[in-house]
Amino acid sequence: MNEVAPTTLNAEIAPSTGRHGFVADWSSDQRAFRTVSWGKAMMWVFLLSDTFVFSCFLIAYMTARMSTTVPWPMPSEVFSLEVSGHHFPLLLIAIMTFVLISSSGTMAMAVNFGYRRDRRKTAVLMLATALLGAAFVGMQAFEWTKLISEGVRPWGNPWGAEQFGASFFMITGFHGTHVTIGVIFLLIMARKVWRGDFDDGRRGFFTSRKGNYEIVEITGLYWHFVDLVWVFIFALFYLW
Amino acid sequence: MSQPTSHADIQPATEGKGQHHPIRLYLVVWAWLFILSTCSYLVDYFQLAGYLRWSLILSFMALKAGLIVAVFMHMAWERLAFVYAILLPPTLLLVFVGIMIFESDYTLLSRVTFFSAGS
Repeated sequence: MNEVAPTTLNAEIAPSTGRHGFVADWSSDQRAFRTVSWGKAMMWVFLLSDTFVFSCFLIAYMTARMSTTVPWPMPSEVFSLEVSGHHFPLLLIAIMTFVLISSSGTMAMAVNFGYRRDRRKTAVLMLATALLGAAFVGMQAFEWTKLISEGVRPWGNPWGAEQFGASFFMITGFHGTHVTIGVIFLLIMARKVWRGDFDDGRRGFFTSRKGNYEIVEITGLYWHFVDLVWVFIFALFYLW
Repeated sequence: MSQPTSHADIQPATEGKGQHHPIRLYLVVWAWLFILSTCSYLVDYFQLAGYLRWSLILSFMALKAGLIVAVFMHMAWERLAFVYAILLPPTLLLVFVGIMIFESDYTLLSRVTFFSAGS
């Protein structure tokens, strides 16, 4: 117990790490998230709230699926594609997954180049991310069109439990909206990076503050979250 | 992980300095995400079923989610006070899931009972 007091006293000078750091960060009169800027902390808090929104959708879907007496449509059959006479289950979904993971990869590298103040590479990688995101939304639009033409509606479908359509449109629609917003945000930020706003301290966007390359990381947090949600949708909706 | 290459690595994420990690790390994680996604697709392709399917799908899902949060979103380098504040609340969702599994089992039971009795 003797070592707790000095840790707290010295917290301003040399922040301790691990469990002692956890106690010290929360116990003294100070900013709890000492190495995290407000922008990043607020994005994380927003993502936390979004986690609960998506969780409610997925749990509602789970409840509907587990409690229905009518058989649930087989996702690997519903979402299968015929390519040159060969039958592939979930082919489009697999491609969409790889596209979204790739966009997460380019985004992570964009953040890295941002902190190295390499604005051209950052902007190009952000544009690549936006392009992959747009491709994802395009494929999702194709998937929706295919399913709607096959007769899937929020109140029914030709294969089984009626809740299938409602769950599908709600979950993937909400996710697709997030991807679309992410693409728009990426384009705005890529333009600012390309123009060099974060090098010459140009003011603007939401506030009149000077931006810095941390906004690239914050945009990245949102983008990775969209990918993260897809991981859960892919596993729980398509592979169940 | 890699050796610290700069001062920013030794004292991670001091405000304004940002996260500095080698590009190689991201490429390795990217490759792993591809491998894990392929594995979970193959689970469906070979039509594995039952507990094997479930445990494989859920472990691949957890591994992918962990990699994204830890490396891409830099949670592995944040201070513990922040990590707990963000990552502990979602664990409560497991309780919610448990409640709803209980509830849907009950709903299914009553549906089976009444639907079969009524028809």
